[in-house]
Amino acid sequence: MSSVAQKKGFGSWLWDWLTTVDHKKIGILYLLGGGFFFVLGGIEAMIIRIQLAVPNSDLISAGLFNQIITMHGTTMIFLAAMPILFGFMNAIMPLQIGARDVAFPFLNSLGLWMFIFGGLFLNISWFMGQAPDAGWTSYASLAITSEGHGVDFYAIGLQIAGGGSLIAGINFLVTIINMRAPGMTYMRMPLFTWTTFIASAMILFAFPPLTIGLFFLTFDRMFGANFFDHAMGGNTIIWEHIFWIFGHPEVYILILPAFGIFSEIFSIFSRKRLFGYTSMVFATVLIGFLGFMVWAHHMFTVGLGPTANAIFAVATMAIAVPTGVKIFNWLLTMWGGSIKVTTPMLYAIGFIPSFVMGGVTGVMQGAAPLDYQLHDTYFIVAHFHYVIVGGTVLGILAATHLYWPKMFGTMLNETLGKVTFWFFFIGFHMTFLIQHWLGFWGMPRRVFTYMDGQGWNSANLISSVGAVFMAIGVIVLLYNIIMTSVKNVPVANDPWGDGRTLEWAIQSPPLYYNFTQTPLVRGLDSVWIEKQEGNESGITPAVPVQDIHMPHGSIIPIFMTLGMFIAGFGAMFREETSWGLPLLVFGLAWTFVCMAIRSLKDDLGYYVPKEEILEDMKRERGRK
Amino acid sequence: MMKGLKKWRLFSLLAALTVFLSGCGQEELSTLLPAGQVAKDQFNLLLLSSGIMLFVILVVVIIYVVALVRFRRSKLGEDHIPEQVEGSSTLELVWTVIPILLVLLLAVPTVYYTYKLGDVTAMGAVDDEGNAENLVVDVTAHLYWWEFEYPELGIVTSQELVVPMDEKVYFNLIASDVKHSFWVPAVGGKLDNNVENVNKFYLVFEEDSSKLKEGVYFGKCAELCGPSHALMDFKVKTMPRAEFDEWVVAMQSTKKDKDDAGDTAAASEGEQLFADSCISCHAVTADVKSPYPNLTTFGDRNRVAGFMDHTEEALKEWMKNPQKQKPGNEMPAFDHLSEAELDAIAGYLMGLTVEK
Repeated sequence: MSSVAQKKGFGSWLWDWLTTVDHKKIGILYLLGGGFFFVLGGIEAMIIRIQLAVPNSDLISAGLFNQIITMHGTTMIFLAAMPILFGFMNAIMPLQIGARDVAFPFLNSLGLWMFIFGGLFLNISWFMGQAPDAGWTSYASLAITSEGHGVDFYAIGLQIAGGGSLIAGINFLVTIINMRAPGMTYMRMPLFTWTTFIASAMILFAFPPLTIGLFFLTFDRMFGANFFDHAMGGNTIIWEHIFWIFGHPEVYILILPAFGIFSEIFSIFSRKRLFGYTSMVFATVLIGFLGFMVWAHHMFTVGLGPTANAIFAVATMAIAVPTGVKIFNWLLTMWGGSIKVTTPMLYAIGFIPSFVMGGVTGVMQGAAPLDYQLHDTYFIVAHFHYVIVGGTVLGILAATHLYWPKMFGTMLNETLGKVTFWFFFIGFHMTFLIQHWLGFWGMPRRVFTYMDGQGWNSANLISSVGAVFMAIGVIVLLYNIIMTSVKNVPVANDPWGDGRTLEWAIQSPPLYYNFTQTPLVRGLDSVWIEKQEGNESGITPAVPVQDIHMPHGSIIPIFMTLGMFIAGFGAMFREETSWGLPLLVFGLAWTFVCMAIRSLKDDLGYYVPKEEILEDMKRERGRK
Repeated sequence: MMKGLKKWRLFSLLAALTVFLSGCGQEELSTLLPAGQVAKDQFNLLLLSSGIMLFVILVVVIIYVVALVRFRRSKLGEDHIPEQVEGSSTLELVWTVIPILLVLLLAVPTVYYTYKLGDVTAMGAVDDEGNAENLVVDVTAHLYWWEFEYPELGIVTSQELVVPMDEKVYFNLIASDVKHSFWVPAVGGKLDNNVENVNKFYLVFEEDSSKLKEGVYFGKCAELCGPSHALMDFKVKTMPRAEFDEWVVAMQSTKKDKDDAGDTAAASEGEQLFADSCISCHAVTADVKSPYPNLTTFGDRNRVAGFMDHTEEALKEWMKNPQKQKPGNEMPAFDHLSEAELDAIAGYLMGLTVEK
C-alpha cells in the first residue's frame, strides 16, 4: 500500500480506484455512481413536471413521456437510492462493528462494478432512441408487446445491476455475522448496522424472485419463450406476483437503512441513548418479516378475490404497528435530550412529519376497498414519494451531511446544508401534498398529459413549481460539495462532538486498515461509554499492536462485469444481426475466463507491518 | 420563538383549510363526490381512515413540537448531559397496544366492505321466466378505446356506457390486447381488465348524469397501456330505468331502421363514403360487434375519440391523422379523402343518433 502512495501519476491514481477492494473507497464510488444517477433521475423528474405543469402540453411526445417515467422510476430505485445506501453501508457499517473491511472485499468490488455497468447498460438505451417504456414495474402484457429494444435494456440492465445488489447484500450479511469486534454482541450493534443487517437479509430473499422474473422476461422477448404470453398458455399475472414479491420488500430495503441513519442522528444530536433500543431492533426485524407478507396489496384491483384482498389488507395494516413503535421511540429519544439542530438533525426533524404522512396514507391504501379508488392515481404517486423521498431521500441527504467528514475528512458547509434542506423540504411538500387531492379528483398516474376542464390545472401547476424548489435544493447541495472539496479543511475524529459509536473514535477519513488495534466493545454506544468513563480516545483496544492482514486490489471485477455487459448486447441483437450470437457467446466466455482466473490464481493478500502501524499511531498522537 | 410558532400555526391552519375547501373536485370524476353506493362505501372508508390517521398525526405532532421546543441545547446549555434513558416498558406497551386497536378499528370495516363490494353471486340470477334479473355489461378494453356489450339485450356500443340508475349493474371486464383498468371515479373504484381472465364486479349509479355540466360521468383507463394511455377516456350516461329501456329499444331497432331506410331512400353521400371506406372496421348498427369502435350512437356522444371536442372539425382532424391525435392507436389516416368527402362523412357520423 505504501508503494501505491508513492506513485503520484494520474494513471496509478486511476488504477488504484479501479482496482480497489477497500470498503471505504468502494463506498465513495457507490456514492459517486448513485449521485450521478440521482441527478439523472432528477432531470427526468423535472421533465415530467414541466410536461404536466399545464394541460394539453405537447412539449414531449406520449411515447417519450412513457420512456421518461419508466427510466425515472427505475433509475431512482435501482441506480440512485439503493447504491447510495450501499455506499453508506460500505463506508460506515464495517467501522461501526470494528472491522477492517467487509467479509468479501473482492465481491464488494464486483457488486459495485455490476451496478455501474448495469446502470450504464440501461441508460445507453437513450442513445439508441429506445428506452424502456412499460413503467418501472414493466407489467407483462405491455412489456411483452413493447416495440424496439427498450424493455430488453430494462431486463438485461436490471439483471446485471440486480446481481450486484444481491452480492452486496450477501456480503453485508456475512460481514455483520462474522466480523464484529470482541464484545460487539448483536444487541450492542448500532441501529444503522442493524438496519443494514435486516435490509441485507431482505435483499437475500427478495432479489432472487426479481432475477427469475427478469430471466423470464428476457427469454420471452429475446429467445421466443412464452412465460407471459397468455395466448400460448402463459400468464401475465404471474409477472405481477413475481415483481411485487420482490418489489414490496424492496421498498423496505430502501427505508430500513434510512431508519438506521435517523436512529443514529436522533441519538447523536439529542446527546441521548436511543430510546427503547430493544424494541427498535425487534420492530426492524418485524417490519422486515412482514414486508414479505404483503406484496398483493399492490394488486388489489387485479381481481384476486375478496378473501385474498382481505387477508393482504389486514397484513398490510399490521405493518403500521412496528413502524409506529419506531416513530414514538424517536420522539422519546428527543424528549429529555439536549437537541442540537445541525443539518443532519434538521433532516431528521423534517423526516418525522414527512414519513408519518407517507405512512398513514399507506395504511389508508391498505384498506382494500378504498384502494380500488386510490390505486394507480396521483394519490399513490403522492404516497410513495412521501415514503421514498420523505424517508429514504431525506435519510440519504442527512447521511451525506452526517458522514461526509468521516468519509472525506472535511465538513460540508452547515449554512448551505440548511439552505438545501429548506428548499428541498418545502419543495417536496409543495410537489407531493397536493397530489393526494389530484388522486381524489380522479387523475390517473402515468398520464403524459391531461385535458383542460377536469379541475386539475392549478394543482398540477403548484406541484410543478414545488419540483423547481427541490431542484434548487439539489443544486445548492452540489455547489456545497464542490466548494467543500476545494477548501478541504481537515476535521478531527468526531467533528460533531457527540459521536457515540466506533466510527467516531478513529481518524476522518480512517486509515486504510481502519483500526490500529481491534477495539473491545463494552456496551451499546461504546465510544460514549468510554468517554463518559474518562477514556478520551473512546476505544479500549482488545489486542496488542500487531501485523494486520489485508487483501490485494484486483482489476478482475471490472473485466468480469464487462463480459456480462457485452453478452447483454449480444442477446439483444441475436435475432436481427449475424454478430449478435457470437457476441453473446464471447461475452459469457469472457466472464467465465475471468472467474477461472480468479479461482485459480492464489492471492493471499499481504500484511501491514507492525512498524507502519506504530508509525501511524505516533503521527496521530502528534496531530493532537 | 413562541410568537413565530403561533404565526406558523395560524398559517398552516389557513393553508390546510384552503386545501380542504378548495375542494372536492368536479362532480363528473371526483371520488370525493360519490354518486353511487360503491363509491359511497369507499368514501365512508376514506373518512374513517382519514379520521384515525389525523388522530395519529395529531398525537405525533404534539409530542414532536413539545420535544423540539423544550429540549433544545440552546436552552439547556452546551454542557448539559441528559439522563441516558434505556426505555420504558409501560410507554412502549401503550404505543404498541393503541395502534393495534386503531388498526383493528379500521380492519373490521375494511374486511366487511371487501366482501360486500366483491359479491357478484347475484350476477347470473334469473327470474321464474328465465330472464336475467340484473343488467350485465361486458366491457372489453382495446388499445385506447372501450367496447360495451349488453349480451342479454343484444346491443353493442363503444366509448359511452349507458346504464340505468338505482340498481346494481354487473360488469365482466377483459382486455383484448394489453392490460387496462376500468374506472369511473365518481361511481366506484377500479378493476383491471386483464388479458387472460374475466374480472367481475358491480357498480350502482345513483345520480342522473343529465344534471351534470356535460351530461356524462368521466371514465378513465387506470393502467399504463402504451403511449395514449392518458387519452383512453370514456363517458358514462346514467338515466332512470324507464328512459334506459327506451334507449335499449332504440338501440335494438337500429338494424331494422337501417334496413328499412336502405329499401326506401337513396343513401346520402356521407353514408356512401362511409360504406366504402369505414364500414369494414366500424359498424353503425347496435347489433354488430365490429373490430373497431361501433359508431351507432356517434351523434349522441360527448367526445370524438374519447377526448376531443365533439365537433365536425375535430372529427375531420381525427380522420386525417389519427396517429397525431392519439399516438399508437390502430386507425389508419384518411388524408387521401378530399375536404368535401371528409365533410360528408363527418356530417353523416354526427347524424347517427338514437336519442334525438
